[in-house]
Amino acid sequence: MNYFSFSRFWAYFKKEGKQIMRDPSTFLIAFVLPLIMMFIFGYGVSLDADKVPLGLLLEDTSPTARSLENAFLGTTYFDVKTSYNRSAIEEDLTGGRVRGIVVVSQDFSKNLLNGVETPIQVLLDGSEPNTARFVLNYAEGVVNNWVKQQKDEGKSFLTRPLIAVPRIWFNDSLESRYVLLPGSIAIIMTLIGTLLTALVVAREWERGTMEAVMATPLRISEMLLAKLVPYYLLGMCAMIMCVFLTIILFQVPFRGSYFILFISTSIFLLAALGIGLVVSSTTRNQFVASQIAIIIGFLPAFMLSGFIFEISSMPWIIQMMTYIFPPRYFVTILQSSFLSGTTWALILPSLLVMFLIASLFLGISALKMVKRID
Amino acid sequence: MSKNKDAIHITSLGKTFPGAKKAALDNINAVIRPGIITGLIGPDGAGKTTLLRLMTGLLLPSYGKINVFGLDTVRDAEKLHDITGYMPQKFGLYEDLTVIENLDLYAALHGISEKEKPEVFNKMLHFTSLGPFTTRLAGNLSGGMKQKLGLACSLLGKPKALLLDEPSVGVDPVSRRELWKMVSDLATEGICIVWSTSYLDEADKCSEIFLLNEGKFLFYGPPKDLIKQVNKEGKEELGFEEAFIEILGGSHRGESVLAKHMSSKTVKDVPPIQAKNLTKKFGDFTAARDISFTIKQGEIFGLLGPNGAGKSTIFKMLCGLLQPTEGHALVSGYSLKTAPSEARLRIGYMAQKFSLYSDLSVKENLNFFSGVYGLMGRYRQTQMEQMISIFELTPYLGENAGLLPLGFKQRLALACSLMHEPDVLFLDEPTSGVDPLVREEFWNHIQGMAAKGVTIMVTTHFMEEAEYCDRIALIYGGRSIASETPKALKEMVKSKALPKPTLEDAFITLIEQFDQKGSL
Amino acid sequence: MKKKIKNIWLPIRTLIIKEILAVWRDKKSRITLVVPPLIQLIILSHAATLDVNNISIGIFNQDSGWYSQELTQRIKGSPYFKHVYEYKKPQSIRESIDKQEVIVALQLQPNFSKLVAGGNTAPVQVILDGRKSNASQIVFGYLNLIFQSYNQDILKDQGIDIPEPITIQYRSFFNPNIEYIYFTVPSLVAILSMILALMVTAMSVSRERENGTFDQLLVSPLQPWQILVGKMMPAMVISIGESTLLMIAVLLLYNIPFKGSLILLYFSMIIFLFSIVGIGLFISSICKTQQQSILGTFVFMTPTMLLSGYATPIENMPLWLQPITNIFPIKHFFIIIRGIFLKDMPTFEVLRYSWPMVLIALFTLTLAGWMFKRRLE
Repeated sequence: MNYFSFSRFWAYFKKEGKQIMRDPSTFLIAFVLPLIMMFIFGYGVSLDADKVPLGLLLEDTSPTARSLENAFLGTTYFDVKTSYNRSAIEEDLTGGRVRGIVVVSQDFSKNLLNGVETPIQVLLDGSEPNTARFVLNYAEGVVNNWVKQQKDEGKSFLTRPLIAVPRIWFNDSLESRYVLLPGSIAIIMTLIGTLLTALVVAREWERGTMEAVMATPLRISEMLLAKLVPYYLLGMCAMIMCVFLTIILFQVPFRGSYFILFISTSIFLLAALGIGLVVSSTTRNQFVASQIAIIIGFLPAFMLSGFIFEISSMPWIIQMMTYIFPPRYFVTILQSSFLSGTTWALILPSLLVMFLIASLFLGISALKMVKRID
Repeated sequence: MSKNKDAIHITSLGKTFPGAKKAALDNINAVIRPGIITGLIGPDGAGKTTLLRLMTGLLLPSYGKINVFGLDTVRDAEKLHDITGYMPQKFGLYEDLTVIENLDLYAALHGISEKEKPEVFNKMLHFTSLGPFTTRLAGNLSGGMKQKLGLACSLLGKPKALLLDEPSVGVDPVSRRELWKMVSDLATEGICIVWSTSYLDEADKCSEIFLLNEGKFLFYGPPKDLIKQVNKEGKEELGFEEAFIEILGGSHRGESVLAKHMSSKTVKDVPPIQAKNLTKKFGDFTAARDISFTIKQGEIFGLLGPNGAGKSTIFKMLCGLLQPTEGHALVSGYSLKTAPSEARLRIGYMAQKFSLYSDLSVKENLNFFSGVYGLMGRYRQTQMEQMISIFELTPYLGENAGLLPLGFKQRLALACSLMHEPDVLFLDEPTSGVDPLVREEFWNHIQGMAAKGVTIMVTTHFMEEAEYCDRIALIYGGRSIASETPKALKEMVKSKALPKPTLEDAFITLIEQFDQKGSL
Repeated sequence: MKKKIKNIWLPIRTLIIKEILAVWRDKKSRITLVVPPLIQLIILSHAATLDVNNISIGIFNQDSGWYSQELTQRIKGSPYFKHVYEYKKPQSIRESIDKQEVIVALQLQPNFSKLVAGGNTAPVQVILDGRKSNASQIVFGYLNLIFQSYNQDILKDQGIDIPEPITIQYRSFFNPNIEYIYFTVPSLVAILSMILALMVTAMSVSRERENGTFDQLLVSPLQPWQILVGKMMPAMVISIGESTLLMIAVLLLYNIPFKGSLILLYFSMIIFLFSIVGIGLFISSICKTQQQSILGTFVFMTPTMLLSGYATPIENMPLWLQPITNIFPIKHFFIIIRGIFLKDMPTFEVLRYSWPMVLIALFTLTLAGWMFKRRLE
């Protein structure tokens, strides 16, 4: 008698589908939020600095110093605010209106003419470390270029023994959206897989529908499958939308294989769904389930996946933690698939680990979901 | 006895929940027969729900076992669910699915074929009178209609055993009658039916009753045997209700301590509640149409009507939870629209499910409600202390309200609504789910208060309760179709066929008469 | 006999006490207030770093001369790199980068030493992994520093000791070693307090609605504004308590200076939290169920986190987007809290960034009040 009935499965599946279609908040999470994120990552957010506000303190106003000022004004990296008053510009630094100050001291041109080594001081706002580093690197670049120009025009040309010729693979203009957009797909899949399922199953417990359904002949396998399939399909729809936008609208190249993308998304979604099911059947309470889903689903996808923050730079104990959560593996596959193509050495182990995590959590949820209410 | 005759075997069954000091069920032995309705009765916390859940295999017994038609509830749980129908107390309807979608789902889960479906659905829709609402979302049904739909969903399969946990709570008398008839018909087909209830008139109609108290088995047999057993102990002739109360340890009747402590309300010349042409429309649906009445001080006024007739709409307009589309509601002469604060200050309100803050202690709940009504200083203190002593809440003061036994929840809810000495008390199905002992005590208080000049407005489905009212407005189709004393209502339907009508008969007949008038 | 309501604040005070008790009495929710935020603070402060260190580099050296050996040695000796892979075949570069073994690889051509010894310029190919656009830029910066000192030393050895005419010196104010944690930790205090304030208010009404207690409030003589204040104040108290807890944890666990004025910080924090509570109340006034409140909060949080200057600097955003970021109160509070922690931000600067939050708070609270009143009637 312990058979799988397709008609029971289908009835429960249809019910899930209708609930998804009717609840505006499901739609919000599965389609609106991804759209917002895609647009922010595609148009808004960027790790590539541009027009950073920079103060230029000119204590020397000679033509030489003016020429250096022009060099700064000429770059697109900085939005230069020239000042002659130290305390005023330092106030701007404290107020966060400039991110750094380049100080051209009083005796700058005099020293330069006399061949005396003259320092240029760069004052940085360390409260924004990333920008501070950027300001330092680029200010150095501007000054070096200017020196070279001066030399070309005037005296000797100095041969450098070594120059670096950078070549950036996969992303030659270093566009951060190339990296962020594929990565954000992992976050969206986590939200649909873990957060939404956690809430939906916990709601069935809270409203008492679970007790009623459990007393019917519906088998656990049918129920589990009927919960998984709709959210899997929902996730896949969101995925297709995101991939489409990423490639067509935001012009991110896709160099890998769609088949592998499909397989890895499927496995990742199953893992996320498994975690969601385990969380909700353990807590049976929407608020607690959502809190746990955020802590073990959303935050790892955002913070511990290598999507924005470089994993190898984290303390080792946190690096160890990144191995427990599936997003790390999925982000790796996503970024490779989009930018570098199919690298089996990277994709195979990641797929394998995700598969193990997925089977682990689905297994636990199958064991936990016995038809009993205590 | 042949195997066929015994449907459910309970053998030395016990259940203790982890962390609980007392056993929820203690050494229960019984054999329940098919083909009849067995009433599962007992006060709150007796273990009725636990026993039903054990029978469906949703809980594991701590010891002992249950056999349902030869299936062990632990080993054969899957097979068991193929032959049982179970309706939990709070039936889980999918509120974002329509009536018909809910039915469809449960029909498929119970393996009803497409061919059988139209016939079965017709039967269910007829009995639930949900026919006109098939496309409405279950979440938008009234409480009673939800209950009926839930019941219909659990009756869908053709179960060999039907386990119903308080199926008639919140269901109006007309539907309750039909429900009873339907279930009785099922019983004659040989199905084993267990019906848990706290309504004694229902229990009285059962072929056999199964009486539990505090997890212990007290009695099993026909209701008249219970009366006999009690009478044997040398007491005078008792009815079923008295017998029930007696076996559980006697009545609390007497003068209400609450009323004794209350000062009489001064007689005012404005009527405490006035409804003037109240009309409420939701879109193009009129939920209440031109309702007018005046309630006198000290009157107990009942709103009665079938599920979905508009009772709760009218009730909510009178206590200010809904704004009427047209007309006015006045409390002690103050309009709820123009002077809401003055009007509300005179209202005491007790919601259906005793809406207390379940994560606050009893003391904190009292503190909260006295503060919200602006009680201050010594007065606040004395009012609170009085409530604590009247309702004997002292042992529970530090306990979370959510963990109280139902009877004490109800006491606390009443206490919270009374501290500011309201002129008018609104009670929304105040005793649903509460056992007869508590119910009796509760009405004792209410009558005492009415005698002191507090006006009471109550909605109920319960005919025993309606009898306590001084006047009843019968609401049907958004209209008030009769507004009389219970006695006068009964007089109205007296006929040759019904020489001694009960209030329930009056209720049903009046509605039928109204329907006939309408169709003429 | 009847006591009139003389004191309009008493019912509000009762509401506030109830709300706080409801959160504090339950052991589970008490733990939820304390433990997860602390864990998040600790993990996120270390995880959310744009610092780059402990990375691996690959070198494919086709030259066997002294000058290339010298360069390799310098890279091996640099503190930035954890592991240096030396390749024998050109394909190894591709493989190594593909499987993310290294983030950067150098390729030195066969005549490298010959060119340098001859006083010519030898180009070095630096291959960066564009999949990690930010990290690879930073690594390129590190490499440039190594190359610069290499160049100078080689020139000196060759006797061409011409000093660079200009040297760049830098001084980082407020964060001498440019450590990322100085940035993340104060930001996290703001974020975690915000999440709590938002959750408490967004859920508070929908939970009462689901439990039926909201009707009890509605039939009581409380006026809509009293209920609003009664819902607002507890969230304020709880989230200020939460920020204080986090501040204490920061001062005890991290070696981060607190230079500014505590009074100013609390002053601006109160304004900030008012604006957040307004948003939370707005969410709760439009949501029917807890699930909707939770998801609604989420939909608000995601753009907030991404556009407020925490995940990426606002200056990097396109010009049309930058003014829009002003609608997020936490953007302004980030500037203030980091300013007070690290820069000892003076009063007038704090006020300058506070007034937009005052406007936001006024707007959201009015909107919430209006929605609230409309829903109640």
